[in-house]
Amino acid sequence: MTDRTPPLTGKGNDVSEKPDLAKVDAAAPAAGDGGERRDGRGSRQGEALVEVRAIGKRYGNIIALSDVSTVVRAGEVTCVLGDNGAGKSTFIKILAGAHSHSDGTMVVSGEEKELSSPREALDLGIATVYQDLAVVSLMPVWRNFFLGSELTKGLGPIRRLDIPTMKRIAKAELAAMGIDLRDVDQPIGTLSGGERQCVAIARAVYFGAKVLILDEPTAALGVKQSGVVLKYIAAARDRGLGVVFITHNPHHAYPVGDRFLILRRGKSMGDFPKAELALDDLVSMMAGGAELASLVHELERSEAGADIAAEMQVDP
Amino acid sequence: MATAIAVDERVARTSTLTRVMKRPEVGALSAAIVIFVFFALTTDVFATGRGASTWLQQASTVGIMAVAVALLMIGGEFDLSAGAITGFTGLVVGVLTREYGVNIFAAILISLALALLIGAVNGVLVMKTGLPSFIVTLGTFFVLQGIDLAGTKALIGQVAIQGMSKVPYYDQAKTVFGSTPLTIDGGGIYVSVFWWLGVTAVATWVLLRTRAGNWIFAVGGAVTAARQVGVPVFRTKVGLFMTTAGAGWLVGMLLLFRTSTVQSNTGVGQEFIYIICAVVGGCLMTGGYGSAIGAALGALIYGMVNQGIVYAGWDNNWLKAFLGVMLLGAVLLNEWVRKRAETSR
Repeated sequence: MTDRTPPLTGKGNDVSEKPDLAKVDAAAPAAGDGGERRDGRGSRQGEALVEVRAIGKRYGNIIALSDVSTVVRAGEVTCVLGDNGAGKSTFIKILAGAHSHSDGTMVVSGEEKELSSPREALDLGIATVYQDLAVVSLMPVWRNFFLGSELTKGLGPIRRLDIPTMKRIAKAELAAMGIDLRDVDQPIGTLSGGERQCVAIARAVYFGAKVLILDEPTAALGVKQSGVVLKYIAAARDRGLGVVFITHNPHHAYPVGDRFLILRRGKSMGDFPKAELALDDLVSMMAGGAELASLVHELERSEAGADIAAEMQVDP
Repeated sequence: MATAIAVDERVARTSTLTRVMKRPEVGALSAAIVIFVFFALTTDVFATGRGASTWLQQASTVGIMAVAVALLMIGGEFDLSAGAITGFTGLVVGVLTREYGVNIFAAILISLALALLIGAVNGVLVMKTGLPSFIVTLGTFFVLQGIDLAGTKALIGQVAIQGMSKVPYYDQAKTVFGSTPLTIDGGGIYVSVFWWLGVTAVATWVLLRTRAGNWIFAVGGAVTAARQVGVPVFRTKVGLFMTTAGAGWLVGMLLLFRTSTVQSNTGVGQEFIYIICAVVGGCLMTGGYGSAIGAALGALIYGMVNQGIVYAGWDNNWLKAFLGVMLLGAVLLNEWVRKRAETSR
């Protein structure tokens, strides 16, 4: 009864199936002690949840992505980095089931899969939090949290929302993610961008995600808010989820990442565990190392560009 | 409810008054009270049983539609055919019973089925074409208006149906739709008033306490987001259009059995009144926010002013000017309330 089957189908789950709250509360502080991480999803720490091998995507004669390999493990953060047009969105669309891949193999929980719809991905426990967050800003936090998967009680014409339970779960789940809300009744539009992001993450976690794909969650945020989101990414990781963190900012990726996949022009520039990659390497790979050097050279030839080039050499 | 949730110590205890002030229907409620007091003091008949009987009756039929239209507006859509359908359903029953001798209850059910069909057509057209509902329902409005006039004339040779009371079982149907079960102070309270209260109560329950209500707010507030989290957007919106059309049928029946006549142009021009009542009751034109009780209060204001002007002996046309002012004032107030709802804790 306390099993969390993903109720994302849009059908109501009876109140008798509601997850045991005591478990949520008791499990949250256990996040620190290694192998005993709370997941309730049956995935072991470090287990490969999703693995892609030499995966690629062609749209007609356009090769959007080719030869990309990486792995997403339970309790780890896999960062996907790349500039605009590097193939990041194609990559997440494959993982999220929005597009199926045309080359290579994708292995989900040990089984080879080709995802044909986001629904299928969700059923496998792969949830995606898009940049627009899928929240309705005039609705209260708790209504947003359960939107599309509301808990109900009673039968027939008196079947109604189980409001106290939903409020309690929303508050507890957000608290477990480290989001301490004053009041879950406030419209979600009153939260900051970072907090809204976190509600979306907490919602995906609650509804049974094993793998969480975050599409540029820090792109529109200021420095402080980005820090808040990074904290929640770490919290999701510590709860035993495999996190795919898409970003173009190496400074955001490095502190939370366990593995880094760098994409450029639709190709993989490499897939490194953190131990093999220093932040400086990551930054220079992102910027495109050799290309940057030639740009500096080019700028030096014009008088106006010389100053910029000098600055670029100081601050890579 | 409050006992089940641990109250956070950082939330200052808000007084019941403050919480009530944040509800979308507050503006309409205060306006309704002011208007009632005004006409009660300035006219003799207004606050008597006979007076109330009249303005409650007018408020009730407009109110049923306003509540349905409010749900639709919260869901982010408009229905300009809502007025014409009240005439259409009445004419269907009238023509079927008077001209073709169809059993009155069968005719009532047939007109309900037709109304729901029209609502479904509105909804499916809006959803499939992606066109604004304003345009689609403007189209159905004109189609219905044309059918009401030309169709009725072609079938029975005139533009009004009279003598409904001669139809067998008319009295039984009148008990349901056109009677005055309660008499207060010499004024009969029409059964439509109880329908109005019932519709408002059910709509409020659905909006605030059911999954469908959650979906209505969501599809009106952010349709893409709603779709992404698995809300059945198509079903919700088509259901709303059908609800509005169903309410149109109910009002059609209430009008038909109260007067035992129906004109071909019944309801034409009323569609904007419904929208005004919904907006006065706190609905945002942009969707995602509003209240059924508010819309019912908006209709109450309409009924009171409509009749109060008559009792006061003023020119009836002042009603239009008043409605315009109310609409503008309500839109401004709603915007302000919405901003407060989005920013205040």
